[in-house]
Amino acid sequence: MPQISQLADTYFSQIFWMLVFFGLTFVIVGRGMVPQVVSTMTERNQRIGQDLAAAEAARNAAEAEQESWDEAEAAQRANAHALIAEAKHKASLATQASLAEATARIEAQVTSAEARIIAARNAALGEFETVAAEIAQDITQRVAGLAVSTDDARSAVKGPFAHG
Amino acid sequence: MAAEAKVDPMHQFVIEPLFGSNNWAIAGHNIAFTNSALWMALSTLALVIFVSGGLRREVIPGRWQMAVESFTGFIDAMLATNVGPNGKKYVPYVFSLFMFILFANFIGLMPLGLVGIHPFTFTSHFTATGVLSLLSFGIVLVVGFAKHKLHFFSLFVPHGTPVAMIVPIFFVEVISFLVRPFSLGLRLFVAMMAGHVLLEVLSSFVITGGNAGPVLFAVAGLPSFLLMVGICALEILVAGIQAYVFALLTCVYLNDAENLH
Repeated sequence: MPQISQLADTYFSQIFWMLVFFGLTFVIVGRGMVPQVVSTMTERNQRIGQDLAAAEAARNAAEAEQESWDEAEAAQRANAHALIAEAKHKASLATQASLAEATARIEAQVTSAEARIIAARNAALGEFETVAAEIAQDITQRVAGLAVSTDDARSAVKGPFAHG
Repeated sequence: MAAEAKVDPMHQFVIEPLFGSNNWAIAGHNIAFTNSALWMALSTLALVIFVSGGLRREVIPGRWQMAVESFTGFIDAMLATNVGPNGKKYVPYVFSLFMFILFANFIGLMPLGLVGIHPFTFTSHFTATGVLSLLSFGIVLVVGFAKHKLHFFSLFVPHGTPVAMIVPIFFVEVISFLVRPFSLGLRLFVAMMAGHVLLEVLSSFVITGGNAGPVLFAVAGLPSFLLMVGICALEILVAGIQAYVFALLTCVYLNDAENLH
């Protein structure tokens, strides 16, 4: 077993070179390179973390924006509905008012027209009475030779007219 | 070659000085640049090249950068779960430890023998793994005593220990604590050596079986070869697991030092 049989001759060289080369490894690789590699990884992880945080924040902002937009939209929609309802209400009120006015006007016209008709009819009936009385006077004059006064003729004619 | 069919499964662990560096020395101690040291250097080099691919620092990583980041992320997560937020500062050390062992284990398994280069798995030497385990243990001791002063000794008396048992428990816990660097280093060394010996022994069956004729090749050589394929896959798994276990236990021990219990 050379590890033991050569021990006395080689132990110092082994230990010496081991310290030299492990020392070199530690100084060059361990102290020189590893911190840089580790810092690269740390920086990358930080950057990834920051990017993720930024993305998260952006998403939250977008969601908040969406929410406020939704709210504004709902508010505007409600507003529009109210406006439409009010306009409808006003329009129906106006319609009712103008309808009532037109109805009243028509009613008035109808009433006055009726009154005029009644007056015309009465006037016409009066005319008939006068004409009938004159005719009756005239007939009595010619047939019976009686001179009937206008008032008597009128009152005689009036009876049938009143029932006519 | 065929005449000398005897395969020595331990030969792969022999340390040989390279480039005539036999007599290099510091303060009378030999520091020959051996094949072991060469593969340590190659592991370091491969690791530097690999991790430098992670330095592009792009926000959207490429495949290579992604691979490096998955390793650092793995170590980061391991320290975070085992030690907590205090564990962040050990990432460079545990990453170096894990990757150095992992690369050493993997490179030692590479079939470079096909092109005439024989990889040397230095993690199969306890002189090498011992250095790493003592380093980890040393860091635990330094951190533990620096952070908790003498209060660190309370680590050896678990909560709810009856008063009468405090002294014996204390000794048991101290022993188990002091065994840690040995178990840590030996576990890696034994696992790596066992696997490599097993592969070598099986390959010697294939070679000697093949030399002994078609019948023996069919009976012993071929099954051994098939078994080797499976064990190679197992060894790749073990290479990863052992590096992971070493790093994980280091994390667990560091947790003791950082947070007591």
